[in-house]
Amino acid sequence: MFDSSTIIVGLEIGTSKVCAVVGEMNAEGTLNIVGLGQSRSRGVRKGEICDAPKAEEDIRNAIVEAEQMADVEIRSVYLGVTGGHVRGFNNRGVHPVVSADREISEDDVQDVIKNAKTINLPAQNHVIHAIRQHFLVDGQDGITNPVGMLGSRVEVDVHVVHGHLNRLQNAIRCVKGLQLEVDEIVFTGLASSLALLTNEQKELGALVIDIGGGTTEYVVYADGVIKHVGVLAVGGDHVSNDLAYGLKVPLGRAEQLKIEQGSAVVSEDCKGQILTISNEIGLEMKKINLENLRRIMALRLEEIFQLIAQDLESAGLVDYLRAGVFLCGGGSRIPEIAKLAEEVLEMPVTIGKTNSISGLKSALDQPEFATAIGLVKFGSFQQRKRGAKPSIAEGLKNTFGQLFRRP
Amino acid sequence: METPEQTPLTAAPAAAAHSIRLKIFGVGSAGVNMLEPMAALGLPNAVLAAVNIDAASLLNSGAPEKISLETRLTRGLGTGGDPERGRAAAEQQMAALKAACAGVDVVFIVAGLGGGAGTGISPVLAKAAKESGALVLGFVTLPFDCEGNRRRQQAEEGLEYLKEAADGVICLPNQKLFKLLDENTSVLDTFRHSNELVVEGVAAMSRLITSKGLIEIHFADLCAFLREHQGESCFATVEAAGPTRSREVIDKLLSHPMLDSGKALTDAGAVLVSLIAGTDLTMAEINRVMEHINSKCSRAQVMMGAAVDPSFQERLSVTIVAARQALPAAAKIPAFEREGEHRVEAQEFDTQLHKTPTPRVQSRFVPPAPALTPEKMEQLAGRQAGASRGRKTAPRMRQTQLPLEIVSKGRFDKSEPTIHKGEDLDVPTYIRRGIALN
Ligand SMILES: Nc1nc2c(ncn2[C@@H]2O[C@H](COP(=O)(O)OP(=O)(O)OP(=O)(O)O)[C@@H](O)[C@H]2O)c(=O)[nH]1
Ligand SMILES: Nc1ncnc2c1ncn2[C@@H]1O[C@H](COP(=O)(O)OP(=O)(O)O)[C@@H](O)[C@H]1O
Ligand SMILES: [Mg+2]
Ligand SMILES: [Mg+2]
Repeated sequence: MFDSSTIIVGLEIGTSKVCAVVGEMNAEGTLNIVGLGQSRSRGVRKGEICDAPKAEEDIRNAIVEAEQMADVEIRSVYLGVTGGHVRGFNNRGVHPVVSADREISEDDVQDVIKNAKTINLPAQNHVIHAIRQHFLVDGQDGITNPVGMLGSRVEVDVHVVHGHLNRLQNAIRCVKGLQLEVDEIVFTGLASSLALLTNEQKELGALVIDIGGGTTEYVVYADGVIKHVGVLAVGGDHVSNDLAYGLKVPLGRAEQLKIEQGSAVVSEDCKGQILTISNEIGLEMKKINLENLRRIMALRLEEIFQLIAQDLESAGLVDYLRAGVFLCGGGSRIPEIAKLAEEVLEMPVTIGKTNSISGLKSALDQPEFATAIGLVKFGSFQQRKRGAKPSIAEGLKNTFGQLFRRP
Repeated sequence: METPEQTPLTAAPAAAAHSIRLKIFGVGSAGVNMLEPMAALGLPNAVLAAVNIDAASLLNSGAPEKISLETRLTRGLGTGGDPERGRAAAEQQMAALKAACAGVDVVFIVAGLGGGAGTGISPVLAKAAKESGALVLGFVTLPFDCEGNRRRQQAEEGLEYLKEAADGVICLPNQKLFKLLDENTSVLDTFRHSNELVVEGVAAMSRLITSKGLIEIHFADLCAFLREHQGESCFATVEAAGPTRSREVIDKLLSHPMLDSGKALTDAGAVLVSLIAGTDLTMAEINRVMEHINSKCSRAQVMMGAAVDPSFQERLSVTIVAARQALPAAAKIPAFEREGEHRVEAQEFDTQLHKTPTPRVQSRFVPPAPALTPEKMEQLAGRQAGASRGRKTAPRMRQTQLPLEIVSKGRFDKSEPTIHKGEDLDVPTYIRRGIALN
């Protein structure tokens, strides 16, 4: 039983909720979702843990729930990480081909990849991913596998995603405090994109935007590979906070108004509409102008998309997104958000679907779960590779270990 | 359409009849050098005086008043870079220094700390000025890192003495300039740049206290502000003219390298803003500028003053002094930090990550799932309390005492502010964009 199937767990410690998803991969490599656990998140702000005891309790609750549903004992998780400190950049590795016949060998390829992964970063930074893009041979671009080609110089591009070591450790420490192992840390934006996009969409070029409680992550694919990632430490909390401030209501009430009355655009029909909100005992408390409410939301959400658009523009990626934009995260539930995003980004925008894995389908096809499902998917890729290649002890030396060694 | 707010404020409260007598002392070779561009600016109501031990430096200076502290003690040899000699020479001539300060209301002391003269003389001069009844403000630079430990140490000590003796000190670590200049800039050009910044600060500050105060900063408040926050302050002055000048000065400030693209404001513990313009200065302009600055200053006490100076005509000048949160004494003087670099062998996403399994924990303590409902309730209640106090961004137009307002960050209290290109994104978008609600 244990040999023929593998349990893979994705854990997202979000700003709004902690979510654990349990996947089961059978011997044929088919992935099934068998469990889900959730808990409201109280110890996280802007994607990062600010109150460890509360966060630990919330994580434990989510894990226990997932264990009960899946009827397994969870021992390790693929852990999602995010925060305003997470960044990405492209790095190129170079390697001269030295063999007499100038035929590029497997060794050359390994060497150039190694070169690309040697990155100068300040000591406090940690590389979360170095994702391979394409090879170049003597300057010729877009090569997927250069082995056997003739050339004097082989290069490879990687997309490096990194963050602050200490801040990444905060999340890991919490998880380890619960006697859980961390298989790997994964940038949550990357995880969400894995859950939403098909290979075809990645080839065509696509942008995934995950609007969470305290952060908004985005990931750009073109020609089948990741070209760019970003995190804005702005999310649904900001929308609620803006409303609380602008409408002069408590934050809890603002959150409720956002969900019940919110919209990403200010339509004609809301103009002049007045909402009356009452307190617990039914007494009229306050009158609220619906147009103001929606205007405050629209401005904030518009700004989020504008900031992303500016970033993509300066990265020169706007013309590569032929499959369009896919939204996920709780923020994608806001009515008319796709319409607003289309106006700002000038591209087709849809709410992403996570239906690319079987099991628990309808329950799971919620935009908030994209990250955790993507984490399971990420884990399944790693497991498959692990199955394919026998493990080498050398892997231990990688920098992931560095995260744990430090206190 | 002109709202009452946009009418020029020429009918401003008449300035106090007395005009403040200001004297600016350039001390040591660097200080004396800095008087040059100040003279060129022609600051009204300010008298310039050069003080040094080095005869050559005084000879070259065009300052209207020169005080040579050359004595038998130092004759011909200068200070040899030793502040003790500078101090001794100044103490010997205490009477002359006091006489030079007689009848002056406000004294500015400008010097480059680190050498012998400026470092040694400035605190003594400050003491002399105080004893003759003046308020004293120091503007000093700290040496570049490459000038070595001894100079840095001397500068730090001198700064402490000066802080004790003066009412306030604004310091510019020269090292900060490196960011502004490309590495091939000659030493002379670098110093010239440093001089310019100090002069801008001095000029703005002197205008602030000598021009007709529209919104006055009491000099005593100014000094209190500086006394409390004199750790590492940086300052920037920008200017623009024409109908869009308020917008332009905001853009210039937020992209000003001395303010780290606005980051200095976000990190500041206290911020002083001084606006000066010609007689056409409007309340709407002051509001616009202050609103932007306030929205950047998430933690800082903000203090502002505005003055009308007819010679400015259609120009608007804004000076900002941003002081970091007061630090423990030892940390007060910034040391240049070189970013520790190391080589990282990154893991690659599409290669497998092999980990030998850590020994498995036999059983994990799993408590029964707690009943969440009452807790959730409590949490919701907790969220609502404390949330209703929103941020206040209205500019503070007049203040007579410190401390000033501390802005609450509501939901984001515990987290690092979200700063994007100098803009604090935690502030509601509609406010930053100035959108009026119905
Ligand atoms: N901004 C600026 N700083 C200067 C200039 N010259 C020197 N400095 C800085 O000021 C510090 C003191 O140098 P000086 O003013 O030449 O020294 P001094 O006070 O005359 O003292 P001694 O010459 O040693 O008696 C130096 O360590 C430099 O950091 C200048 O022209 N402009
Ligand atoms: N129907 C809705 N309308 C508006 N906002 C919503 C809605 N549903 C969820 N949200 C918002 O989505 C955010 C949570 O999204 P989620 O992806 O779960 O965040 P995280 O991953 O950061 O925990 C919250 O700010 C919540 O208010
Ligand atoms: Mg999320
Ligand atoms: Mg000298």
